[in-house]
Amino acid sequence: MYHAIVFFPLIGALIAGLFGRLIGTKACEYITTSLLAFTALIAWGVFLDGGHAERVQVAHWFSAGDFTVDWAFKVDTLTRVMLVVVTTVSTLVHLYSIGYMEEDPHRPRFFAYLSLFTFAMLMLVTADNLVQMFFGWEGVGLASYLLIGFWYEKPSANAAAMKAFIVNRVGDFGFSLGIFLVFVLFGSVAFDGIFPKVDEVSKLTFHFLGYDWNAMTLACLLLFMGAMGKSAQFLLHTWLPDAMEGPTPVSALIHAATMVTAGVFMVARLSPLFEVAPNALIVVTVIGGITSFFAATIGLVQNDIKRVIAYSTCSQLGYMFVGLGVGAYATGVFHLFTHAFFKALLFLGAGSVIHAMHHEQDMRNMGGLRPYIPFTCAMMAIGSLALIGFPFTAGYYSKDAIIEAAYASTRPGHTLAFLCTVIAAFFTSFYSWRLFFLTFEGPARWGAHAAHAHQDAHHAVPAVAHSVAAHAADGPPGHTEGVAHDDRGHDLEPAHKSDVVADDHHGHGHHGDHTPHESPLVMTLPLAVLAFGALFAGLIFKDRFIGEGMEAFWGHALAHGPENHIMHEMHHVPALVAYSPLVMLTLGFVLAWWMYIKRPELPSALAAQQPVLYRFLLNKWYFDEIYDRIIVRPTKDFGIFCWRTLDIKIIDGYGPNAIASRVLDVARGAVRFQTGYLYHYAFVMLIGVAGLISWYMMSGLPKGTH
Amino acid sequence: MLGLGILSGLLIVPLCGAAFLLTLNGDEATVARNSRWAALATTVVTFLLSLVAWSRYDTTSAAYQLVESHPWLTETIRFKLGVDGFSMPLVLLTTLLMPICIGASWVGIQTRLKEYFVAFLVLETMMIGVFVSLDLVVLYLFFEGTLIPMFLIVGIWGSKGRIYATFKFFFFTLFGSVLMLLGVIAMYWEAGTTDIPQLLQHRFPAHMQTWLWLAFFAAFAVKLPKWPLHTWLLDAHVEAPTAGSVILAGVLLKMGGYGFIRISLSMLPLACREFAPLVFALAICAIIFASVAAMMQTDIKKLVAYSSVAHMGFVTLGLFTMTEQGIQGAWFLMISHGLVSSALFLSVGVLYDRMHTREIAAYGGLVKRMPLYAVAMMVFTMANVGLPGTSGFIGEFLAMVGAFKANPHVAFFAVFGIILSACYALWVYARVVFGKLEKPSLRNIKDLDTREMLMLGPLVALIIYYGVHPGPILDTFAPSTDALMVSMKAALSNTQTAAAALPVPR
Repeated sequence: MYHAIVFFPLIGALIAGLFGRLIGTKACEYITTSLLAFTALIAWGVFLDGGHAERVQVAHWFSAGDFTVDWAFKVDTLTRVMLVVVTTVSTLVHLYSIGYMEEDPHRPRFFAYLSLFTFAMLMLVTADNLVQMFFGWEGVGLASYLLIGFWYEKPSANAAAMKAFIVNRVGDFGFSLGIFLVFVLFGSVAFDGIFPKVDEVSKLTFHFLGYDWNAMTLACLLLFMGAMGKSAQFLLHTWLPDAMEGPTPVSALIHAATMVTAGVFMVARLSPLFEVAPNALIVVTVIGGITSFFAATIGLVQNDIKRVIAYSTCSQLGYMFVGLGVGAYATGVFHLFTHAFFKALLFLGAGSVIHAMHHEQDMRNMGGLRPYIPFTCAMMAIGSLALIGFPFTAGYYSKDAIIEAAYASTRPGHTLAFLCTVIAAFFTSFYSWRLFFLTFEGPARWGAHAAHAHQDAHHAVPAVAHSVAAHAADGPPGHTEGVAHDDRGHDLEPAHKSDVVADDHHGHGHHGDHTPHESPLVMTLPLAVLAFGALFAGLIFKDRFIGEGMEAFWGHALAHGPENHIMHEMHHVPALVAYSPLVMLTLGFVLAWWMYIKRPELPSALAAQQPVLYRFLLNKWYFDEIYDRIIVRPTKDFGIFCWRTLDIKIIDGYGPNAIASRVLDVARGAVRFQTGYLYHYAFVMLIGVAGLISWYMMSGLPKGTH
Repeated sequence: MLGLGILSGLLIVPLCGAAFLLTLNGDEATVARNSRWAALATTVVTFLLSLVAWSRYDTTSAAYQLVESHPWLTETIRFKLGVDGFSMPLVLLTTLLMPICIGASWVGIQTRLKEYFVAFLVLETMMIGVFVSLDLVVLYLFFEGTLIPMFLIVGIWGSKGRIYATFKFFFFTLFGSVLMLLGVIAMYWEAGTTDIPQLLQHRFPAHMQTWLWLAFFAAFAVKLPKWPLHTWLLDAHVEAPTAGSVILAGVLLKMGGYGFIRISLSMLPLACREFAPLVFALAICAIIFASVAAMMQTDIKKLVAYSSVAHMGFVTLGLFTMTEQGIQGAWFLMISHGLVSSALFLSVGVLYDRMHTREIAAYGGLVKRMPLYAVAMMVFTMANVGLPGTSGFIGEFLAMVGAFKANPHVAFFAVFGIILSACYALWVYARVVFGKLEKPSLRNIKDLDTREMLMLGPLVALIIYYGVHPGPILDTFAPSTDALMVSMKAALSNTQTAAAALPVPR
């Protein structure tokens, strides 16, 4: 049964990938999608059945000495939750892609990648040991790389794909070291071999990089580094917004609902380890809190519809880590579960908007779309409501629980996390409604309304590739807005219609006037299903995940130490705390309405008034620029140094080349009429023999003489 | 047959093929065609023969198997052959790569084809000889013997800068060889035999181990190559014809690692422990410096060559951790690298045959015209960066596990390699394969033909197969590794009990 769940997507990927040309595009789409749908059905069955934790051995992978790794599934409630999330969203995304990718000539490849990704993700969540988890971990990284770079002719897509893979590898740097340390400490990498021994190991110290660490703290921090990379947490987040270069269904599947939550899953899976490493949990809390806040601030001013949602994802992942960090693992996983529905909904909804607008992603070129695409508009409204935590939607239950847990916690860092998450709730509400109003309300800024901008099209840079420091540093002369951003105007001025964004790969040929159109049924149906989840997933499942039925539901999947009563204490917080998210979301809505409906000239005025702050946010706190300056460029310079100076000038220059010229001098002097390399060979042989004899004589052969 | 065993057969068959090739004459086209097929047939027969040897090999035993011993120089210096868990996979790797090399030279080599194949067949005998000889003198002769055909292959059929490259190649390896010869002689004087199994039993005194270790290290470190003795490899790779690069990266480098395990670790464990910090330092330099240098290369072949240096850094790192994980990982990486780097050089060769340039900047957007090539290259690239599920992962990962056990800081620096390898490998892939196909010269470039698919296909399959199911190779090393560990531990504990080898967590 579990074999079917995990391997059906792989079969789909192989069929579409290897025989795509043979069986035709349509067949690929139907085969992969129906295999996934079948998988999802089984997964839901398994999930609703519940049952005990079990281990399913598939095969032996490799072993060396006492280091043994199996291909095996560990299935408990946590895994079942993840199976449901992954297969459901993946099925809907497959279905949606049939419509969204309709004009793309490479659909078999696309569906093969999607199914391959799903397989790797399932391997990750069913892993029975850290190495198999690492297999899934890197596997989803590969699939993500392939999918972000799916439109391989776009330089920005290639760059984003590489960036995603490499930044994730930085995280994997920590993950690998964490695995090694766990192996050295526990003598095993299988979860069943690790968890029972936690108590005896938790007191050990380990000397590393000049400090005597508590062994568990060090291991958890190293592993968490992997989670930070995969889940795009503060400092390792830079790849996620760029990953929006990929097709929108990919963003929904990988960069919102599944892959980026792998870090959350990992911490939850390893909760027995983290539970005995309170200092590591403080780091998790603080990083999560900072991420939730900082990503939300950037989301406030972005103009690309997908980027707003990407930063929102980043911010929501921060919430999940706060939940985990304060020890309320169930709230983190619950938010992961509900977030998957509404964030996938938002992304696919945005995809539907982009589809309607013929691959326009800049919200400054949208507006007034509600009458044209009413269904998509309604779906986006539902997604936004769930995201901001409107009462009784899915987000309401999970997000409020995290905020309450952050307040109720007594661990260091919880106050910071609480403040960050509450303020982020306000920002979330603001940017969600900003997105909604800019896209669906107000005057239309597209088609004939913005036609005058076309003449500048050849100047346009990709709207989503504005990481170039040069543009951001200072506005070109003559800019009067006070704020420069990629040669574009400020916030609300109609942007240039960018041909680069409207990917030429598709060859629509209709960049001129057009009327936005509602998407076909194959795209709206997944939206409807997700909308149902976004509305009701919280209501239906809250008792099991974080309420009364919690203990029966989770079993031993999540660990709670003897002093960890956070899941009870979080229900007894002051009313002000409990209502704070509600207050924040109202404030955010009112402000967004005020700024984008009532007084639409306000945002530009505000941006002009606060150019430094605006630029700081618009350029994403300048992380890309800083990393480029302090890491990328020095590394490249060092590479040049290693090659040109170290290898060629020093090693070769003082080694073979110098000796060669000396040898040649000697050779010329000794024998004028003989040249050729065989001669040198003999010559050096002679030196060798001479050296041998002198060594023999000088060492005097102390023993063994005959 | 004639009192010769199957290992002798492996040595003789390529020589017979070479002799047959030499008898060919007639007009040029006929000779070329006949020598191609004759060389291919010879190498395929050798490969099949090695499979027979493999089927007779008992993978559960650590003993030398298929042993044959023929009288030779003296009673104690005999022509003795045999294989164990370390050498058997290398023999198979060699015989597997040879037909592929012949295939790679099918159209790329135009001049003196007959002599070219003769050189290759002789080289095959030499390489197999290194791995199967159980006598130090025999091993030394084969070890040196590989130089001559390789020297000719680079020097005659190489590209523009081949003279400088051959000079450097010879210079470096000769420097090592001389010292190795000294080591062999010293061992004979000390132990009175050059029989490897007997030398394994012999305990060399500690001070002598130091000097012997240094002498052998010089030879193997050049061959492997270890930083900073690696610069010959870069030029040799760049200038060599495709098949030459394949053999160089696939097999010749492995002789260095083989020497470390057969002689340094097995016979000189005390010195190994003493010098391990030095080896670690050099290995880390290799991993980091070579990786960043690889990133900035403009020549694809040089990039792959630098990446070989980095991977060989992992190999020595693993070997000198003197842990089961480290040694088995390093050994698996040797085999895996033999497949992956060969595949990468073949892929570069595919492009070179078409465009006659190795400049990265001359390519771009190949996936449009060459989808099959793009897929194969993706698999090789991912194996090169050590993605789990490819053979590249198992070896690198185990080597680092061993390193972490031996010294966590060494592992800390080594793990940077996995970030850097992703940087250079993906960057070159993006520049060559992805992007827009804009260069007019590439408009009509052809995808892989049948011959090329026959060369690359098996490598793709093996790389993925051994990534998912490494057992067949990994378990072959296991008994030999265990035996080696036991003998090393005995030697180390005998002489010294004070030093703790592992930093055990307190």
